[in-house]
Amino acid sequence: MTDRQLGSLESLEGRYRMLRLIRGFEQLALGLVKSGAITGGIHPYIGQEAVAVGVCAALRPQDRITSTHRGHGHVLAKGADPGRLLAELCGRVDGLNQGRGGSMHAADLSLGILGANGIVGAGAPIAVGAAWAARQAGEDRVAVSFFGDGALNQGVLLESLNLAAMWQLPVLFVCENNGYATTLPAATAVAGSGTGRAAGFGIPAVEVDGMDTEAVREATALAVRRAREGGGPAFLECRTYRFEGHHTMERRMKLRYRSPEEIEQWRARDPLERAAAALDGGRRAAIDTEVEAELAEAERFALASGHPDPAGACDHLYADGLRPRAGAVA
Amino acid sequence: MSKLSYTKALNRALGDALAEDPAVFVLGEDIGAGLAGPTLGLLDRFGPGRVVDTPLSEQAFTGMAVGAALAGRRPVIEFQIPALLFLVFEQLVNQAHKFSLMTGGQTGVPLTCLVPGSGSRDGWAGQHSDHPYSLFAHAGVKTVVPATPTDAYGLLLSAVRDPDPVVVFAPAALLGVRENVTWELAPVPLGSARVHRTGTDVTVVAVGHLVHEALAVAEELAGEISVEVLDPRTLHPFDWAALAASLERTGRLVVIDDSNRSCGIGAEILATAAEEMRLIAPPRRITRPDGAVLPFALGLDRALQPGRDQLLHAVRSVVKNPWR
Ligand SMILES: Cc1ncc(C[n+]2csc(CCOP(=O)(O)OP(=O)(O)O)c2C)c(N)n1
Repeated sequence: MTDRQLGSLESLEGRYRMLRLIRGFEQLALGLVKSGAITGGIHPYIGQEAVAVGVCAALRPQDRITSTHRGHGHVLAKGADPGRLLAELCGRVDGLNQGRGGSMHAADLSLGILGANGIVGAGAPIAVGAAWAARQAGEDRVAVSFFGDGALNQGVLLESLNLAAMWQLPVLFVCENNGYATTLPAATAVAGSGTGRAAGFGIPAVEVDGMDTEAVREATALAVRRAREGGGPAFLECRTYRFEGHHTMERRMKLRYRSPEEIEQWRARDPLERAAAALDGGRRAAIDTEVEAELAEAERFALASGHPDPAGACDHLYADGLRPRAGAVA
Repeated sequence: MSKLSYTKALNRALGDALAEDPAVFVLGEDIGAGLAGPTLGLLDRFGPGRVVDTPLSEQAFTGMAVGAALAGRRPVIEFQIPALLFLVFEQLVNQAHKFSLMTGGQTGVPLTCLVPGSGSRDGWAGQHSDHPYSLFAHAGVKTVVPATPTDAYGLLLSAVRDPDPVVVFAPAALLGVRENVTWELAPVPLGSARVHRTGTDVTVVAVGHLVHEALAVAEELAGEISVEVLDPRTLHPFDWAALAASLERTGRLVVIDDSNRSCGIGAEILATAAEEMRLIAPPRRITRPDGAVLPFALGLDRALQPGRDQLLHAVRSVVKNPWR
């Protein structure tokens, strides 16, 4: 456990610091996509930081999360080292997954981060399984599944809600409703509502302002306390917005499915500004400077790390070290 | 003369299929916006009754397409990533594919699945880099992997007209490839191979984007070894007659296939050739490793994919080593 992780999100300052770190990390990563140091692109989390920080502020280190294709914020807020996450995004040996996973699979099991995920909705049953195992073991750990509004239409999510409710498992379903699944507006894709669906399974469900870190934290704390006491699952729908495109490729494609006015309206509700307003200006500036330094160090660390040896491309395919027959044999 | 890109060819085939048959409709994620390319402009041209943007409900919309097919429509589903086929295996293999037999021939399911961007897309890692055509050939679903823009057009059009379920894999490495087209685009029958280059020493069977690698190797070896390049185009049904004819000429076989080694289509081609055809030397195959999962880092991703160097080496060794 790093010091930063233990209790670091307990104070307003600590939460601002994490919001700032995630924002800065994403901007840094956007630059590295542009320069080519990150291949394949990323799904930027900018604008949605309040959800990751608010939720993780109400968790303990031993609690577990599952994340999404847009996972950097969740992974950082749960305590992952920014240098190692960035190294992962760059495909380097010192990355969280030794360069094998990249942005969409970033994981740190030692911190309860069961992985970002490239399949929409796939994290939900995994969180249910983690919650079940914790309860069987007599531990008071909870599991959180982050997912987007798009995942509300995945059958596996509904099946997961049912299992969690029937078995009263300590799992929290956090829907980050940013209004769109790629180009598809949630308003034209989700019948009824997310909370309504959860309620249909008898799961307590609330809507929260996903641009307000404190509101998210309070709602999460309530749900988590109940789950730890055996009260079963909960569902949180956080209304939020992504300021950038779905994926870094989107700019090149010149897609237009959101009006500039809509984007501006949401930008005016920037969760980072809101958190900053609660702090004294001097402290804020000092934290900004610290975060800048930490990110500069993360970048240095990531880019100094080596590229993995192609001879080891099948390493870790099996946990027992089984070596498959090579493919492209000459 | 015009330069036709592979993606544009798929786009034209869909447009022509929609135009020629009112029963045809296209469905999938972000297809209205044309995110992946093949559906660009189709919503404006044909409207939301024929070009249907779906929620992220792959199992439901694939099963729904089966139902629509049973009710007389001809659905074409565009899948955003190849891994989604794993989600809908039940609908495609257990339902769509089995319907004709299980109903005693009362109905077929004229369903087409289009998978643009199959295989490794630089930097998309474990869950976005599969190229699962062998699984469908194994299950008996008609399986197509076009290698050129004109074949992409012709095979997709035939797939849509076909009375059975067909999965069309468009390799990521080909989407930007362009071809000079001076002739009228035409349908290409399923189950017919194409010999891209004739030769007398060795037959290289190449699948999808690897056809271009095979042609490059053949060119490089010209003068030293005479390489015939055969593109099966359809993996199921496979044009075994074309392979047999080619092996009558060459007697030697190398297969290059971007799927996993064990139980992959490459294995099937080698086995069938060994059982039934003329071989004067042990055949070889160049594939991904057994059970491969492509790692994220580009160097690792590349290390697991079949490529030109291995093919060159395999061709040379097959020509040098007769049966002992
Ligand atoms: C099951 C599945 N379907 C489709 C995709 C392709 N895809 C990746 S992200 C995405 C949109 C997801 O939207 P949402 O769940 O709202 O999350 P957001 O991107 O808004 O964070 C889509 C369609 C996928 N990865 N997995």
